[in-house]
Amino acid sequence: MVDSSLASVSDSAYTFSIVIYTLAVAAFAFEYAFGRTGRIARTSTAHRAALEGGISLATEVTTGVSRAERLGRAGLAATVLGAVLQIVSLALRAAATGRVPWGNMFEFACAVVLVVVLSWLWLVRSAPQLRHLGIFVLIPVVSILVYAGLELYAAAAPLVPALRSYWLVIHVISAVIASGMFLFSGLLAGLYLVRHRYDRSLVDDRPASRPVTALAPRLPTAAVLDSLSYRVVAFAFPIWTFAVMAGAIWAESAWGRFWGWDPKETWALIAWLVYAGYLHARATAGWKGTKAASVNLVGAFAMTFNFLIINLVVSGLHSYAGLT
Amino acid sequence: MALDQRLSTAPDPVETDRVQMGPRALARRWWRALTSMRTALVLLFLLALAAVPGSLLPQRSLSQGKVSAYYAAHPQLAPILDRLGAFAVFSSPWFAAIYLLLFVSLIGCIVPRTRMHLRVLRQPPPPAPSRLTRLPQSDTVESTLRPAAAADGIERALRRGRWRVARSTTGEVVELAAEKGYLREVGNLAFHAALVVLLAGVAIGKLVGYEGSILVEEGGGFCNSLQQYDTYRNGPLVQGGDLTPLCADLTRFSVDYEANLTPSKFLAQIRYTRQPGGPVTSYPLEVNSPLRVDGIRLYLTGHGFSPRFTIRYPDGSQFTDLSAPFLPQDATTLASTGALKLPDRPNADPGAPQLAIEGFFAPTAADLGDRRLVSVDPRPMNPAVAIVVYQGSIGLDSGAPQNVFQLDPQQIQRGALKRVDAANLLVGQSLTLPDGTTISFDGYKQWAALQVSHDPAQWSVLGAAVTALLGLMCSLGVRRRRVWVRLRPALQRTGDPGAGSVARPRTVIDVGGLARADSGRFGGEFEALVAGLPKTRRILEDTTRSGATFPAERT
Ligand code: HEM
Repeated sequence: MVDSSLASVSDSAYTFSIVIYTLAVAAFAFEYAFGRTGRIARTSTAHRAALEGGISLATEVTTGVSRAERLGRAGLAATVLGAVLQIVSLALRAAATGRVPWGNMFEFACAVVLVVVLSWLWLVRSAPQLRHLGIFVLIPVVSILVYAGLELYAAAAPLVPALRSYWLVIHVISAVIASGMFLFSGLLAGLYLVRHRYDRSLVDDRPASRPVTALAPRLPTAAVLDSLSYRVVAFAFPIWTFAVMAGAIWAESAWGRFWGWDPKETWALIAWLVYAGYLHARATAGWKGTKAASVNLVGAFAMTFNFLIINLVVSGLHSYAGLT
Repeated sequence: MALDQRLSTAPDPVETDRVQMGPRALARRWWRALTSMRTALVLLFLLALAAVPGSLLPQRSLSQGKVSAYYAAHPQLAPILDRLGAFAVFSSPWFAAIYLLLFVSLIGCIVPRTRMHLRVLRQPPPPAPSRLTRLPQSDTVESTLRPAAAADGIERALRRGRWRVARSTTGEVVELAAEKGYLREVGNLAFHAALVVLLAGVAIGKLVGYEGSILVEEGGGFCNSLQQYDTYRNGPLVQGGDLTPLCADLTRFSVDYEANLTPSKFLAQIRYTRQPGGPVTSYPLEVNSPLRVDGIRLYLTGHGFSPRFTIRYPDGSQFTDLSAPFLPQDATTLASTGALKLPDRPNADPGAPQLAIEGFFAPTAADLGDRRLVSVDPRPMNPAVAIVVYQGSIGLDSGAPQNVFQLDPQQIQRGALKRVDAANLLVGQSLTLPDGTTISFDGYKQWAALQVSHDPAQWSVLGAAVTALLGLMCSLGVRRRRVWVRLRPALQRTGDPGAGSVARPRTVIDVGGLARADSGRFGGEFEALVAGLPKTRRILEDTTRSGATFPAERT
């Protein structure tokens, strides 16, 4: 039985999480636009002021900075609140349906987005100076949540018998975690490519395109972005491996074989091969850097394709979308 | 080779200089190219790419029907694709060629790497580079002990921290070389080797495994033999007589529904014996819980209804309790279609017209007022059939396989089968044909689709997969790192200024550390290690230092 009042509170929490994340986007946008410039201006003017023996300019800039700083902190707080709302939303769905809250595409997308946000919060905890990157994380987050609500929404409902298995818990939660982290790594790889292009344009002394010059100077160095996105993949890859294995074990008891080249299985393997390629690329001369980052993005594409196209367009045994 | 790269057994890049060479040298160069990282990388991507058409085009192994539909929709393109193996990608030669090359490359890669790693494990950690301060991590501390005594303590501490340590002494200078994290390489090699075992397991399973599916009505049963199955696939090494004996009967099939009529549970109650005449065991067969006996697995893969009929011929002869499985067309209402074919009839000469029925079954029929039959509920609460009756030649003698769920449309088109009557029947109602034959609808039975599978190698596949995962976790989670410690006597000075409060340092200790570039934060571990070196302290005044080096900036 589905408890519809809990389900509707869950839906409200989902809607509120979008509102709150959107506020966070606005706050981070402001911080990104003014904060770092301020910080850069501060350090350079302070530097100059110190050299010239004066301090008046520096204090003036500092007040401008602190407003951006305050907004950045507010954005971070809003992000935390949004994540809490998402957790509440998923937990209430679980309570309403008496099952794990990742039984259809809508719930899966929400859970994946939550993992992206949590990965980012975890990163900011250990590297607070990256806070202003929040905008690059939250814009995709809000887009995916809105898309999920519009296109994938499925009312809280019980599961069909094929999904009633403890393997659902194990297999899907590992797929959710790995997907969220892969996506997060893909975002970092994208930022790496922007930063790299900008750095090249400086070296070659040839202007980069407008968006690149606008965004890139405030990004962390290419080396930092590269290493971060690698470490996220290195963490997520064994989880994805486990998810595929758990899927195979489940398939053995549900469908009579552990591997049958069902389109979903096939794309899980494709994504796995691409990420294995990414890990190799990072250790292969001539493939490090931009090529490896592009492979990372291809991996994110394969994961997305597997989720959207394979579920919605190509039919297979994994018809759990919950859509009609 | 840079110091950094020697922390891994990864093969060196292949040089590409072109010089005249003999066939052996050429072969060796090809082998080296095949087993290089770059080739492995390209083959990985090729394999991923090759799998794409297999997921987007219909595949015979998944659905022959979809392949036929594709043929009908693209009559020009389909035969060309077919010749390329596009409808059986995963068993096509080119797909096999890619993964076989990949695995040859893999074996060619792990064998020398394993040998290299075994050698590394037997060797002491490499000696310290001459200038430790040039390393990514470095620091300098001092001790009031003499170098040899301080080294004793540090060596013990390192060994306690599970470092492998080699010690060398030159004059009064003592050097310790320590290394840790060999599990990374071991894990990596185990991972790659396990992939080979996994592939071998899959291949063996394909050779000696089989699976068969059969549709069984309530009250019916089957035995494990290839002839009995509706469809089966057997590996080339499977002989018909080898099949594990098992006979099973379906006693009852039931479905539970939620309030919104989505199914919550399918249950096929079966009774089975493991040898003819042996003891009978019952088992509640459910989705997600196959019966596993003697290495074979029995699955519940589908269900549906079989309407039951009685047919009385004008001469008084009759068939009672005839039933034919109908195939659900709609998962929410279980509206089903099917056919009943009666090639023979009691006491009739061979030339007499055969009877065939094509029908539509509704578990719960709704009365729409007109003569259209619709199903509104998957539960059999008001079963009804709509039948169309044909007489003539069904066409079974031609030997061509027929779809059991429908009459051969060609026989109908050709006029060999003629439509004689049609009716909608509720349970108990009957239809009388012009020739006096009556067809009564008696009700229904449920049927279950069962599948038997046998794959003796699947446990080795699972074992290999688990090993691969554990190896992968070591490979990605452990970092290989080296630490060198050089202890040398401090310069002796006269007229010590602070001699009263602080003991005079006797040893200056340089420490350097190196980890693989990718391995995240070695800096923190290195700092903690230096801070934890026994009987040492930060340098108090840099006049005690012998060299002009200043502690490197920490990164
Ligand atoms: C089925 C094919 C293969 C798969 C799925 C695969 C997968 C992987 C994965 C996931 C890693 C990451 C683990 C790590 O970075 O430590 C890795 C590392 C590695 N693989 Fe493979 N691999 C395959 C074939 C090969 C082949 C053919 C070679 C030989 C050239 C090779 C050489 C290596 C090396 C040297 C590393 C370690 C890289 C490093 O030190 O970071 N692999 N492989």
